[in-house]
Amino acid sequence: MIEVSHLEKTFGSVLILDDVSFRVETGESVVIIGRSGGGKSVLLKHIIGLLQPDAGEVLIDGENLCGLDERQLLRVRHKFGMLFQGAALFDSMTVAENIAFALRREGNPTEAEIARKVAHALELVELSGTENKNPSELSGGMRKRVGLARAIVYEPQIVLYDEPTTGLDPVVSDSIDHLILRVRDHLKVTTVVVTHDMRSARRLGQRILMLHNRKLYCSGTADEIFNSTDPVVHRFVNGISLPTEDLVL
Amino acid sequence: MNFLAGKFLTDWLEGLGRISLLAKEAINSLVTLKVRWQDFLFQLYFIGVKSQSVVLVTGAFTGMVLCAQTYFQFHKVKLDTATLAVVSVSMCSELGPVLTALMVAGRVGAAMAAEIGTMKVTEQIDALRTLATHPVDYLVVPRLMASFIALPLLTAESITIGIVSGYLVGAFLLDIDPAYLYYNMLKHTMGIDVAVGMIKAFIFGGIIAIVGCYKGMTCGEGAEGVGRATTEAMVFSSITILISNFFLTLTLSRLLHLYD
Repeated sequence: MIEVSHLEKTFGSVLILDDVSFRVETGESVVIIGRSGGGKSVLLKHIIGLLQPDAGEVLIDGENLCGLDERQLLRVRHKFGMLFQGAALFDSMTVAENIAFALRREGNPTEAEIARKVAHALELVELSGTENKNPSELSGGMRKRVGLARAIVYEPQIVLYDEPTTGLDPVVSDSIDHLILRVRDHLKVTTVVVTHDMRSARRLGQRILMLHNRKLYCSGTADEIFNSTDPVVHRFVNGISLPTEDLVL
Repeated sequence: MNFLAGKFLTDWLEGLGRISLLAKEAINSLVTLKVRWQDFLFQLYFIGVKSQSVVLVTGAFTGMVLCAQTYFQFHKVKLDTATLAVVSVSMCSELGPVLTALMVAGRVGAAMAAEIGTMKVTEQIDALRTLATHPVDYLVVPRLMASFIALPLLTAESITIGIVSGYLVGAFLLDIDPAYLYYNMLKHTMGIDVAVGMIKAFIFGGIIAIVGCYKGMTCGEGAEGVGRATTEAMVFSSITILISNFFLTLTLSRLLHLYD
């Protein structure tokens, strides 16, 4: 279970997150939406301990991440897998080496065992046969799928997705959404997705949280959010700008 | 003006604190051997083997020019045969370690900063952390360990080639008696001179790796950030090598009673 309470974060003099609190139950699938630069990715990085808050707490299965040093955080991060916006594949390694990276750090698995797990993860993301390719040879969608395979190969309890469909065409985005659902159902993981893509949000979120003006503005099921009459939520989910926000050309 | 000076001093002290913490973390990790041997061997190859040509050329021409200049001065006071002794002692305790370190800082320190900096801006370091891998264990320790080993070896090569080149120039170009040249070189070069050079090279290796890795891990955003980190890694490690060389010379001469 993930519990975020009264989280505050400032970069320099800019307040990014202000008194953000929410809970994600084990096995739940939650989508965080909000405007660009609104602190969604920052919030996600707090959940996995990549950033430390200025105030507030992040609890993972009851353990507070705030104040833990980097080595103590490594132990907690075994529970997590994370897909980055740009996939963040290690460009000096092949696809198979990227996926096997986390497996090699634990115990002494045999090469055959590693190869079997890598093949299984690649099969799950429908990229069988790409083991020996380099990340530079892959398209954006393929990179994200390899990133996902790397995040789930060691069967984490929680998977975080930072804008998994950004920059992808609608068809590839759709396939990534299906993959996220498949991973969730297959591995029974807790899922937290940060996205701008409203179609993905509707499909992936059992619950949707919306950040607005640095705060958690609202929370509800997909139907509640998409049928909301609140002007801020309505404008955001339907992509309607205010006249004052129109770009001057 | 005072405000700017205060800010500069604060930033400088903050940077010094951070780099010290990185060094402490890396050395703690190093002594517990939390290192992947494959990565260490690759770094040893990259730092040690691939730097040889530049180090050998630097050592050779430094030995040659030092021999020529020393001869021009010593010839005036009829001390021609002491020429190679000066080359040898200088190469062992000062020029060998310092010039090798400067060349390696330019080649390897900058490459470390560029590689780690690129990993930072493309979120690969964050990805390492999410995969429960400490960036210091994975990125800094193999480079530090390889630098600690490679720098003394490269310095030994540089010293050797410098002395040999000096000998060839003295004996065959400047017509100094080869037997006296060689005898005086052996007579005035002590084992302690070589030891000083090796100690310095070991410390310079640590400086190059720590500064290069620190600059990479703290680099700014985008291509500009990586570019700046690369330049700063080379400049800062070079300056640190030159400054620390002075203090090392004084300290080691006291500790080892070099001139008693």
